[in-house]
Amino acid sequence: MATQHSRSAARLMMAPAVILLLGWMLVPLVMTLWFSFREYLPLRGGDMGFVGLENYIRFVTSSAFWPSVQTTLVLVGGVLLITTIFGILLALLLDQPMWGQGIVRILVIAPFFVMPTVTALVWKNMFMDPVNGLFAHIWKFFGAQPVEWLSQWSLFSIIIIVAWQWLPFATLILLTAIQSLDSEQLEAAEMDGAPPLKRFAYIILPHLSRALTVVVLIQTIFLLSIFAEIFVTTQGSFGTRTLTYLIYQRVLESQNVGLGSAGGIYAVILANIVAIFLMRIVGKNLDA
Amino acid sequence: MGRIVLDKVKKTFGEVTVIPPLDLEIEDGEFVVFVGPSGCGKSTLLRLIAGLEDVSSGQIRIDGQDATNVAPAKRGLAMVFQSYALYPHMSVRKNIAFPLKMAKMEQAEIDRRVDSAASVLNLTPYLERRPGQLSGGQRQRVAIGRAIVREPAAFLFDEPLSNLDAALRVGMRLEISELHKRLATTMVYVTHDQVEAMTMADKIVVLQAGVIEQVGSPLTLYHTPRNKFVAGFIGSPRMNLLEGPEAQKRGAHTVGIRPEHITPSPTEGLWKGRVGVSEHLGSDTFFHVHLEGRDEPITVRAGGEVDMHHGDTIWLTPDESRMHRFDKAGLRIS
Amino acid sequence: MARNVTPQRKAINTVIAWAAGLLIFFPILWTILTSFKTEAQAISSPPVFLFFDWTLENYAVVQERSNYMRFLWNSVIIAGGSTVLGVLIAIPAAWSMAFVPSRRTKDILMWMLSTKMLPAVGVLYPIYLICIELGILDSRAALVVVLMLINLPIIVWMLYTYFKEIPGEILEAARMDGASLKAEILYVLTPMAVPGIASTMLLNFILAWNEAFWTLNLTAAKAAPLTAFIASYSSPEGLFYAKLSAASTMAIAPILILGWFSQKQLVRGLTFGAVK
Repeated sequence: MATQHSRSAARLMMAPAVILLLGWMLVPLVMTLWFSFREYLPLRGGDMGFVGLENYIRFVTSSAFWPSVQTTLVLVGGVLLITTIFGILLALLLDQPMWGQGIVRILVIAPFFVMPTVTALVWKNMFMDPVNGLFAHIWKFFGAQPVEWLSQWSLFSIIIIVAWQWLPFATLILLTAIQSLDSEQLEAAEMDGAPPLKRFAYIILPHLSRALTVVVLIQTIFLLSIFAEIFVTTQGSFGTRTLTYLIYQRVLESQNVGLGSAGGIYAVILANIVAIFLMRIVGKNLDA
Repeated sequence: MGRIVLDKVKKTFGEVTVIPPLDLEIEDGEFVVFVGPSGCGKSTLLRLIAGLEDVSSGQIRIDGQDATNVAPAKRGLAMVFQSYALYPHMSVRKNIAFPLKMAKMEQAEIDRRVDSAASVLNLTPYLERRPGQLSGGQRQRVAIGRAIVREPAAFLFDEPLSNLDAALRVGMRLEISELHKRLATTMVYVTHDQVEAMTMADKIVVLQAGVIEQVGSPLTLYHTPRNKFVAGFIGSPRMNLLEGPEAQKRGAHTVGIRPEHITPSPTEGLWKGRVGVSEHLGSDTFFHVHLEGRDEPITVRAGGEVDMHHGDTIWLTPDESRMHRFDKAGLRIS
Repeated sequence: MARNVTPQRKAINTVIAWAAGLLIFFPILWTILTSFKTEAQAISSPPVFLFFDWTLENYAVVQERSNYMRFLWNSVIIAGGSTVLGVLIAIPAAWSMAFVPSRRTKDILMWMLSTKMLPAVGVLYPIYLICIELGILDSRAALVVVLMLINLPIIVWMLYTYFKEIPGEILEAARMDGASLKAEILYVLTPMAVPGIASTMLLNFILAWNEAFWTLNLTAAKAAPLTAFIASYSSPEGLFYAKLSAASTMAIAPILILGWFSQKQLVRGLTFGAVK
């Protein structure tokens, strides 16, 4: 519904954003794809030619690959589990009438605004340090042997750190969704004699299902590329090397660009599988 | 000056033809109303004249100049939108001054014109307010003010009264008519309300599915509708249309008779029926009468108060000289 | 929505909610408290909570030793620059999509989103290489551009949803009133969209401020923002709790305050309008 003139103006004004993003997407991706088929060691001989699918095969057959996949899945799954369960509970709690609701909300949201490196550093030193950390003091207070969190319980510790960071996100979105629930529906259910648990199961939970899906998908995409939290705490040791961190090590630490690029392509494919589901949901909402 | 000529103007959206080739002439100083049911293409036609949409083919001439590919701002037309489309972040004064500012007019001249428009429209006390602080009627006047300061060749109105409540609507209708008398500028007015069309227009253009059904003065349309559609659309309540023996008797496929051209009587007449719903308004009384062998009731208007009610037997006598006859294709037989 | 509950019920809610809220907030609170302790008190056993000798010494030392202001300035330039640049590019694009939609508009929006989902690590080396080739590794300019690009889809998307709420008739009125495209965007659209543009900028400033993949991998000494500055504290020799806390507090305080203002827009921005 517009004139030819405004349509061509629109194309022109859209061009910078589209061209930039197209370049941002295509140029590095094509380069990665190119490197992934080559033996490329910048510090040890440079580009040593085309090797076909060798990098792809070597990447998945290396002893580090499957453990890293497992670590990634445990990390993503663990964080998702914690954030959605506690997110729902917190959202329900915050939706109740109380004094100082605004302040509590702010307290709960705050971790999301803390930069990942600060989060990791504070947790690593001030809470999880086996000598001076707060947890060590608490353990000692109860006469227990302090735990060496980031070496004995390394993956679990990182899950806790990341979950703390993402819990506000889940809570905020679920709270928004709960608040959009028509209160008359709940009142009608109450009139129909449904007890609180049944009201939750039959009315609130179905209403939240879309928001929950969105939370899970968006978090998955961000969690798959968790980096700073591992970089600052364990540097990938003690079984905390995720797929992302493994690729980072191949590319920048051991400077095996060909191998790392093949890993990168795997990561792109993995992210795209999740993205397709997310896009479907977002797309459905676009017309509404 | 504001003579607008549409020459074989056609509009398609993709595969869909909204307006098949259409010719229309709007004389300078005329008040022309486009009327038709929703989706008939009347708003699209107005937007084509405004330049907010491209014509797919054909030509639009304004004062003899080809304006088909001229940008909206350069056509010398002003438009009042259904939602008023006021700029919410600007004061009334700035809203009215905006087109002048865009034309890079001198500030002194802008002030002079804004003040004079404001006094004409009774907006002077509100000049420093934001649109959000005004009532619906005042907003409407600001939108009109923004149009008149430009001294355009013609005004375009897109259903400007549909967002007002009934009482305000009647008042604004009069104000716009008075404005037209005073400015004597061409006005093109789109509405779906045939009462607005009848009361305001010099010339009514009845549209259906993008096709002009009839062009004429309000009373021409009332007295001699060119076809069944115009007959049914113009006039309130609607004209009664009868087929079958009553039509054949009069040598037509369909005959039409307006409610006000039927005389009801409790005792004698041409057609016998039974009163269904009766509406007693004081000034008028409307009966919905069920004739034998006919599903649809016939609407009858009686002047003043008439003491007949639901279930009563009623006799109807149509005024034969006011009877409209239509052929099988729905066209008028004269 | 005001539901009526008994005061007892409300009191219980209040206690539970505050307990939960404080528990979640505790790591931040603990960091802020520790930043005011001496190093000895910071690692004292048992730990002291409130009753210690409050001192501002750590802040002075952090600034003096590490030149905190330089990292802060880098963060401000990188986050601010990428946000402003992004908005300047996104406003025309969002205008096009919101007011002159075509059959492809939806596809373009979805495609833009999909670029956001590209895992950074997959393109790390090419970007690294391009930066070296162009001689812009460890420069603020490189990070401004990279962070602008990773956030551009969110900026376009958010502006699009805000612009959609502005009636098209108002822009058409401006067009009838003789406004050029530039005037239409500058004098009519932008002032009307100020709240939306402001919250978009706010959220993107926060996201850019906290970004910790590209800022860690594309900077060294010169252009390092606060994310990298903090990461440098993870090396053992730099481990002084009170100073670490002071540095952390300074890195997060500005954004915590901004973040509290943006909480309403957060949901819209981060779910791409899928949850409102």
